[in-house]
Amino acid sequence: MTKLNSNNLLLSVLPDDDVLSQCIHCGMCLATCPTYELTKLERSSPRGRLKMIKSVARGEMKISKIFAEEMNFCLDCQACETACPAGVKYGSIVEAARVVIEESGYGKLVSRFLKYIALKIIIPNKSLLKSTARLLRFYQRSGLQKFLHKSGIFKMMAPKLAEIDKLSPSVSSKFSDNHLEEKIPSAVPTKYKTAFLTGCLMNVMFDEINNDTIDVLKALNCDIFIPKNQVCCGSLNEHNGDFETAKSLAKKNIDAFGQSDYDFLITNSSGCSAFMKEYGHILKDDPEYSGKAKIFSSKVKDIMEFLADVDIEKKLNTMNDSVTYHDACHHVHTQKIFSEPRKVLQSIPELSFNELEESTWCCGSAGIYNITHYDDSMKLLERKMNNIMKTDSKIVLAANPGCISQLKYGAKKFHVDVEIMHPVSFIKKSLNANK
Amino acid sequence: MPCLNNHVKEKIKSIVGAKNFLDSVEDKLCYSYDATALYNQMPEAVVFPDDGEQISKILKLANEELFNIVPRGSGTGLSGGSIPVENSLVVVMTRWNKILEIDDRNLTATVQPGVITGQLQKEVEKLGLFYPPDPGSLNVCTIGGNVANNAGGLRGLKYGVTKNYVLGTEMILPNGELLKTGGKNYKDTAGYNLRDFIVGSEGTLGVITKILLKLIPVPSKFITLIAYFDKLSDSAKAVADIISAHITPSMLEFLDNTTINCVEDFTNIGLPRNADAILLIEVDGRGSAVDEDAEAIKKILKRDGASFVHSAESEGEASKLKSARRSAFSALARKRPTTILEDATVPRSELPVMIEKVMQASRKFDVTFGNFGHAGDGNLHPTCLTDERDNAEINRALKAFDFIFNEAIKLGGTITGEHGTGLSKKEFLELAVGIPAVDMMKKIKLSIDENNILNPGKIFSISPRCEGSLPSSRDQIKDYVS
Ligand SMILES: Cc1cc2nc3c(=O)[nH]c(=O)nc-3n(C[C@H](O)[C@H](O)[C@H](O)COP(=O)(O)OP(=O)(O)OC[C@H]3O[C@@H](n4cnc5c(N)ncnc54)[C@H](O)[C@@H]3O)c2cc1C
Ligand code: SF4
Ligand code: SF4
Repeated sequence: MTKLNSNNLLLSVLPDDDVLSQCIHCGMCLATCPTYELTKLERSSPRGRLKMIKSVARGEMKISKIFAEEMNFCLDCQACETACPAGVKYGSIVEAARVVIEESGYGKLVSRFLKYIALKIIIPNKSLLKSTARLLRFYQRSGLQKFLHKSGIFKMMAPKLAEIDKLSPSVSSKFSDNHLEEKIPSAVPTKYKTAFLTGCLMNVMFDEINNDTIDVLKALNCDIFIPKNQVCCGSLNEHNGDFETAKSLAKKNIDAFGQSDYDFLITNSSGCSAFMKEYGHILKDDPEYSGKAKIFSSKVKDIMEFLADVDIEKKLNTMNDSVTYHDACHHVHTQKIFSEPRKVLQSIPELSFNELEESTWCCGSAGIYNITHYDDSMKLLERKMNNIMKTDSKIVLAANPGCISQLKYGAKKFHVDVEIMHPVSFIKKSLNANK
Repeated sequence: MPCLNNHVKEKIKSIVGAKNFLDSVEDKLCYSYDATALYNQMPEAVVFPDDGEQISKILKLANEELFNIVPRGSGTGLSGGSIPVENSLVVVMTRWNKILEIDDRNLTATVQPGVITGQLQKEVEKLGLFYPPDPGSLNVCTIGGNVANNAGGLRGLKYGVTKNYVLGTEMILPNGELLKTGGKNYKDTAGYNLRDFIVGSEGTLGVITKILLKLIPVPSKFITLIAYFDKLSDSAKAVADIISAHITPSMLEFLDNTTINCVEDFTNIGLPRNADAILLIEVDGRGSAVDEDAEAIKKILKRDGASFVHSAESEGEASKLKSARRSAFSALARKRPTTILEDATVPRSELPVMIEKVMQASRKFDVTFGNFGHAGDGNLHPTCLTDERDNAEINRALKAFDFIFNEAIKLGGTITGEHGTGLSKKEFLELAVGIPAVDMMKKIKLSIDENNILNPGKIFSISPRCEGSLPSSRDQIKDYVS
């Protein structure tokens, strides 16, 4: 009991009883939960997790190893939030529970240390992030990575680590913020004044997708503003319970983008758009920023959402491909973006668009889940790849960098002959197809 | 009293294997509830049996060591059927999820009890066949739970409920023997009809391990209609008029204003927030008869004062409307944290009176109700929107239900149409069916389960043997206020 009392302060991080009591344990979310599907155990279900969190919050149950395991086994994919008719905000509840676990000492020491370094030191500091990426690029390009894999040294020393190493996407040869101009004006008078987030990982790992996005915006005659002093959106910090850093990053971005006047803030990573739409909420009690944050959030648009609203159809050229579409969790579950990308893609002439069964199921990437829970992640990935195979498509489109890396890895691992692409890159191909 | 101590747990573990045995606090907590409000209690342990032999051994052991068995499907029950009782072992059947056979010459399906209802429907529909019972929980609940509760659903009006589709069962009895009933014969009068008796037995007579279901050809045409009403009483009258015009829609669902708003908050499909009520109607069948029925219904709806009538333009739109309706119960939880849903059912002609009685209960006991349900078969789901942490309000809510049940019975109705008696309605059972019937039920129960080890205290209490403390709403409330 003494332990419980000393935990009282800690437990205050959890949402209050009113929020936790919103779950009426009806079970309507069970069918959509990938982890419940894997174990068929209530404790791996949203309903079970909520019951445990509520009991911990009420002091009826102690924080335990099983509790910690189940909270971390959760993908935070938020499929249960989409499914829950009662409107339970599961995502924020489980994120709070994870903070409690970390603080209570039940988190894994090593991953806590790594998370600390990554979240507190590297991500908030752009130049440090870029240096780290450069180091990784050296590792990937110098032949060291190949050597470790080929020689079998890696496998011998740490077989799982060897697999995980293959999961990390390769670092781009250029970083977007180094070569993109701060202001790219439209050649003709324009309806679309946009700003663009280069992102932290997108910036160093997915420069090509950033370029494709800019090209698509240019083709639509947009004004584009890319502030040099923008920073990471802060979502990784928020999801890992580091709310303070998340807020400070948010403020920096509000200031950076505030230097110019724009109507749409475009991102091509669903995690970023999802979180930047929350700035208004996380800063609602900040006297200086609450108003600005609300306006900032109202302008955020994911690129696919933006494209669904502009006149792009006439510009799209014939594509004779067969594609399928995977819904990123942060798109479909967090932002409820589902019909928009379909609308845009289906307006491409001749394109054969094949619906993917369970398109809204998590691919197992889920932030760093594929590293922390490699085996479970692979089961979900295998299921996803099987569904992809059933569509007979040659191209899989996914609008999130994490999903793209994961699906690329899956195609290799399970020998599925498909190309994985960001939909904006595919749109760019269609725009250019006649040239 | 002997109980499920460590020594007995070891024996259970050796039967099912350590990997199928759970008794951590976390697991016990996660099997302490189903979808029923106000009740919960932790079991002593939880098992996932692999085969019938393991179940049989566990039941024999339960008789020797006198502990209780609570069979469980997905735990979506609304009368507390799978909530553990004192000194109990929960036997979870969800991993028994294989469809064993779909026989398209005899139009039957043989399934394990853990098959999810909606998944069976999808599989048989691929073959042009149809399994009609469709409880609102169909994407989650199991066929075993459906059979044990004789579940109904949206299509009950025309197609009936689970019992109309069960051709046979296999069930392990408390003494460990396997009881087989029924078969693929459409007609069978050999002896007592034990099969129909097992349907609706709520896990009190045995553990069901196999089910043979009847399938029918899938109707080739559906028309789905939605009608808005400014006056609730008009919608009730329309229901009565459709039935008395000798039209049998496959679905005739009703939602009141509170429910409409909660469902719209969840789905954003453009339901009319100001309407007093809506009716969701589906007619199905073959050819032009379906159109004629739909036209006739539209006429009645307009005559009875519907402000707007619309037929769904695509299958997608129709299925959106139906899944919106299925979310009604859970969506009502947006208003208040505790939703006590009941299942009073009256002869269809009495529906308008019953709706009025629910509103009366709401006023009289000062509690909020959302009301919706399977209007076409007289099965209402008056749902009290309340807060389990407020003792006084819960007491008023329970009084309101007392009133509603009594009024339903006065109208020739019953206390539960499809959710079962379980824990939450057993105090009203005598009122509903009479003392001789309850006595007979108890005698039957004891002749099959002499030690009363299977889901004791559900449906009725058997005295003098003490069933131990049952999870009860009032105890729960005491816990919360102290
Ligand atoms: C949102 C929602 C909507 C619903 N809509 C409807 C509806 O429209 N119509 C309707 O009728 N019900 C409805 N229900 C209630 C519920 O879904 C049904 O009663 C369903 O049949 C329960 O199935 P389950 O698998 O969840 O069983 P559980 O809740 O786990 O168990 C129900 C009962 O069956 C017994 N049982 C389960 N499996 C076995 C077995 N293998 N052998 C012996 N006994 C067993 C249990 O002991 C218990 O008594 C709804 C519930 C919810 C939450
Ligand atoms: S999270 Fe929502 S859907 Fe899941 S059990 Fe709770 S109330 Fe029901
Ligand atoms: S977030 Fe995803 S994995 Fe976690 S409980 Fe919800 S559905 Fe399951």
